[in-house]
Amino acid sequence: MYAPQILIEAALNGLMTGAVYALIALGLTLVYGVLHIINFAHGALLTVAMFAVWGAFALFHLDPYLAMIGIVPLMFGLGYGLQRFVIGPASHGSDNNVLLVTLGLSIVLENALLALFRSDTRALDSDAALQVIELGPLLLSTPRLIGFAASLAVTGLLWLVLNRTDTGRAIRAVAREKLGARLVGIEVDHVYAVTFGIGCACLAVAACLLMPTYYVNPRSGAAFVLVAFTIVVLGGMGSIAGALVGGLIIGVVESFSGLLLGDSLGQIGIFLIFILVLLVRPTGLFGARA
Amino acid sequence: MFVPSRRAVLRTGLAATSLMAMPAILRAQGSSVKLGIIQPVTGALANDGDLGKLGAELAVQDINAAGGLKALGGAKLEIVFADSRSNPETAAQETERLNGEGVAAIVGGFGSGLCATASQAASRYDLPYLIDVGVADQLTQRGLKNTFRFSPSFGMVTKSALERLVALNDAAGKPARTVVIVHEDGLFGSGLAKLLQAELPKLGFQILETVSHPSPARDMANVVLRIRSLQPDLVIPSNYYGEFVLLARTMQQQRVRPKGIYAILGGGASSLRFVKEFPQAAEGVMDCNHWPDPKNPLTAELRKRTEAAGRAFAYNVPMNYSAVRLMAEAIEKAGAPDRLKIIEALSTQSFSSGVMPYGQSKFANGQNTGALPLNTQVQGGDVKVIAPDAFAEAKANFPLKA
Repeated sequence: MYAPQILIEAALNGLMTGAVYALIALGLTLVYGVLHIINFAHGALLTVAMFAVWGAFALFHLDPYLAMIGIVPLMFGLGYGLQRFVIGPASHGSDNNVLLVTLGLSIVLENALLALFRSDTRALDSDAALQVIELGPLLLSTPRLIGFAASLAVTGLLWLVLNRTDTGRAIRAVAREKLGARLVGIEVDHVYAVTFGIGCACLAVAACLLMPTYYVNPRSGAAFVLVAFTIVVLGGMGSIAGALVGGLIIGVVESFSGLLLGDSLGQIGIFLIFILVLLVRPTGLFGARA
Repeated sequence: MFVPSRRAVLRTGLAATSLMAMPAILRAQGSSVKLGIIQPVTGALANDGDLGKLGAELAVQDINAAGGLKALGGAKLEIVFADSRSNPETAAQETERLNGEGVAAIVGGFGSGLCATASQAASRYDLPYLIDVGVADQLTQRGLKNTFRFSPSFGMVTKSALERLVALNDAAGKPARTVVIVHEDGLFGSGLAKLLQAELPKLGFQILETVSHPSPARDMANVVLRIRSLQPDLVIPSNYYGEFVLLARTMQQQRVRPKGIYAILGGGASSLRFVKEFPQAAEGVMDCNHWPDPKNPLTAELRKRTEAAGRAFAYNVPMNYSAVRLMAEAIEKAGAPDRLKIIEALSTQSFSSGVMPYGQSKFANGQNTGALPLNTQVQGGDVKVIAPDAFAEAKANFPLKA
């Protein structure tokens, strides 16, 4: 059928792509775990970050990896502001409203991008884009390898923040018991906004990792968000380890089913795994037993 | 004055995507002829629509600067523009609006789906409609008297593409025998793949594999891995710009170098933007597509004017430039901006084809019989015509020299 080196390469490709998927899912799962909202604007926010990376390259010829230094705090600020001044106030404390607000936000963002940038597809030709690392007969794409390492690092960092810092404790407290947290003096609105900001910061990192090899147009984020939702449910809603493991699984499944069935049919593999997991473990891989 | 129905207003309100203001209704001047131009300048096809609109505007500028429609006492052409927003339903509604504004004819459309609904709506008012690019064969097979296609149909393009592929291979001593087809899984890519699967084996090519991918595709690594393991002589891609760029760059990165990449109506292979942004990935890619006559001095001038307007040149500009000029000639031959007389003129007479390599354009059952695609190849960071011989600027680089 296929030479072993092709199969090994497909597996590695899957792991590398899956790690970036995981990073996108991370923001989604965190926001769900703490704010208990499903953020429909996630895809549009990813697109915003991707345009920011492209813009930094087009205007200042800034390498996507370097641009991370500026774009991550910017996206954190955007996320913080959106939650604090738009989503929070507009939802009046009802989760149903939040759904509609984030959905509305995604429509506004997408069309604002459309008005600003037209629906043109844009890509950037960075130096790293076409480099490969040769391991014997294997050709591993350098930007994907960087993406893999960076995704793991960010996931680890996020875990440390949540488990080892005061901010992380506050976030976990609010996720567990909102009223109790408020009573002991935690500023719930601030914690919400910080969480949303962290979610957007994860997207910013993902955007910087994607752009050397991918392209952006006002609807690009949508292609990733369906996968991200799948990963969140597969890994367990609100679980960080789940997002990482789920992302890697989905990446490898997609890669192999794409190789064996062709890319169009290959998408089936993702959803088959998804349905199987839900049948066997309705809470997802790392989900808490409800 | 056209008053939209309440439902249309609601629907438009719901769609609420375009931030374009409706063009102000221009009061007809004493002696001007209104020409409807319809293009998707927002939505998924906005880039193409934008270039098509530019081509039409340049043609009207030139016609008016040269004294307007001489047969009509120097009447000026006046554009009434409509944005179809890349949506077939909107294309039909906007056509209704153009009719209400009293245009003499309509030129444009771009996408096959958009052309289908717009020309159908126009047919209700005997409003002449000239399709600029839409390739679906069915467009001129619906028995609509008002609908004419300036460009070659899908069938004409694929026929030329296959003939020239065989000629190209024979001339090089038949180096290519095995093929992998990579196509997007929508109507356009799948239709082309099916046709190639039927025709290529008859011409002595062996199809190793047909790989389909969704649009948008997140990743082309697996497609390229398959190509790498199959090692075909030829890769025939049919996909849109974004995916084509992804494919070409991934192939370059994975050092997959077939003897030729031969696109048919390819997404990126005839786009100077692709050539400019990714010169290495683009080098050597061939495409059978709409392309202006390189030997016509006006072609180079149009390219300059497109770049002066801050855009990368693609076939939409010369196609629409030429189609509008043809329509102006038809109005002159009709002797008046009278819809039925224009349809009569288009159906019976022949016209010059602007900068397109069509010789004299004549319409049989609405299809321009002179329409012809050209084969191009990216050579030295530019798009060069390599076939047919009458229009070739350069020799084909095939099999590709590494």
